[in-house]
Amino acid sequence: MRNAAIYLLAFTGGFTIMSIELLGGRIMAPWFGTGVYVWGSIITVFMVALSIGYLVGGRLSLATPSLSRFGILFLGGALFIGPLLFFGTEVMAWVFERWEDPRYGSLLAAMVLFFPPTVMLGMISPYSVRLLVRQTEHSGNVAGLLYFVSTFGSAVGTLGTSFYFVLWFEVDTIIAGLIGLLLLAAVAGIVVARLTETRA
Amino acid sequence: MIRRTLLPLLVLLAAAAPLRAEVIHEEASLYRNILVRQLGSERCLLFTVRRSDRNQSCIDLDDPDRLVFPYARMMLAGLLVNPEPKRILMVGLGGGSLPRTFTALFPEAKQDIVEIDEAVVRVAEEYFLFEPTERMEVHVRDARVFVKRALAAGETWDYVMLDAFTGDYIPEHLMTREFLEEVRGVLAPGGVLVANTFASSQLYEHESATYADVFPHVAELRLPITLNRILLATADGWPDEETLAARADALVPPLRRFAVDPRTLARNVDPDFEFDRQARVLTDQYAPVNLLRDD
Repeated sequence: MRNAAIYLLAFTGGFTIMSIELLGGRIMAPWFGTGVYVWGSIITVFMVALSIGYLVGGRLSLATPSLSRFGILFLGGALFIGPLLFFGTEVMAWVFERWEDPRYGSLLAAMVLFFPPTVMLGMISPYSVRLLVRQTEHSGNVAGLLYFVSTFGSAVGTLGTSFYFVLWFEVDTIIAGLIGLLLLAAVAGIVVARLTETRA
Repeated sequence: MIRRTLLPLLVLLAAAAPLRAEVIHEEASLYRNILVRQLGSERCLLFTVRRSDRNQSCIDLDDPDRLVFPYARMMLAGLLVNPEPKRILMVGLGGGSLPRTFTALFPEAKQDIVEIDEAVVRVAEEYFLFEPTERMEVHVRDARVFVKRALAAGETWDYVMLDAFTGDYIPEHLMTREFLEEVRGVLAPGGVLVANTFASSQLYEHESATYADVFPHVAELRLPITLNRILLATADGWPDEETLAARADALVPPLRRFAVDPRTLARNVDPDFEFDRQARVLTDQYAPVNLLRDD
């Protein structure tokens, strides 16, 4: 149950990351257009944020790793997505007024809006590996399975968002849904931690 | 002489295979595949190879003034609303035949052209006789960003044309209520918005509803010869039928060389066209344009 929960949460993390990245293009288009540079900015910010998230997540897993701390990563992700929902327009308007060049404008806005939550969500993968690995000889296998699950989650998040969610919901509704999903994941992590810890 | 020997040959060729257009230029720009094809004296700009039947813009090299496409001729219908534009904004350059037409019609008018793809500007100049004039400025940028900045700077235009097509359809962020509100904001008093759209798609109702949501007066222009439909929108009063007819009559001589019959345009402009008023308005929050189209 514990391992299944970790994989499920890693799936949720991957799903959320790509869903937000995809919506990022939509959110920025009214202010910075849809030129290739806008996607360039978004993808750059996500890649840098993920790389830092991996680094920090790995470091964090060194000191008393636990499933409940793992759940807190999701809580952090949910909190950091919040500004996108509540101050997204203000941030983009502020940048728009100050940066004439839409390349650097979009880069800066993407940095402010997407960097913090993506760093948080990037921490999930290495932390999951730490929680799952029991013996060194299994570490490659565990990491492979974990990448599979979280990247598959990313694929589902991309497809679901671009094919269906944007047709069914408004952008802000989808983001609110993702925040809800992460909160649910955080609670699930902490509950499962309680259950498995009392049993152990 | 030549004709006598060529003709049977041509007939033979035509019988053997349909006339094939010759590709005279092909390039992959940052945004799309650009193709220039020529058939006889007609040269056309295409944006995707996949849907090779969809021309963006055509020019007749033997008669470069003639607006080959019905939709291009229909884009002049805005002159019925504002017959003397001093400042003209064109979104989406294509082959540049409309800016050429407006330069010929109103040499004193100031024209701003917004085109996202630098390669399209180059191709228009190289293959479609498009020549920027002193009174013209070509802005290579995203139209949404351009209009937002213009609005912030307090710029206005009398005649705004929206003709931003990718190989597929109009980009989503140029179809929303928020965008049209920005466009309304850059319309000068008495200014008119002329937008090229398709009559055939599922988007028809959504587009109509969105335009009607932003502008108090929206008219539709459709002709049986084409699936394009032109939307005319203005924030000020709509001219009565007499005024429209009088303006059409006055436009007959100047528009002749472009093969445009303003009387036909005036007859087919419908300010009371019907659409589904329950259709959902497209917004920045909700604009699944390509998904709605394929319903």
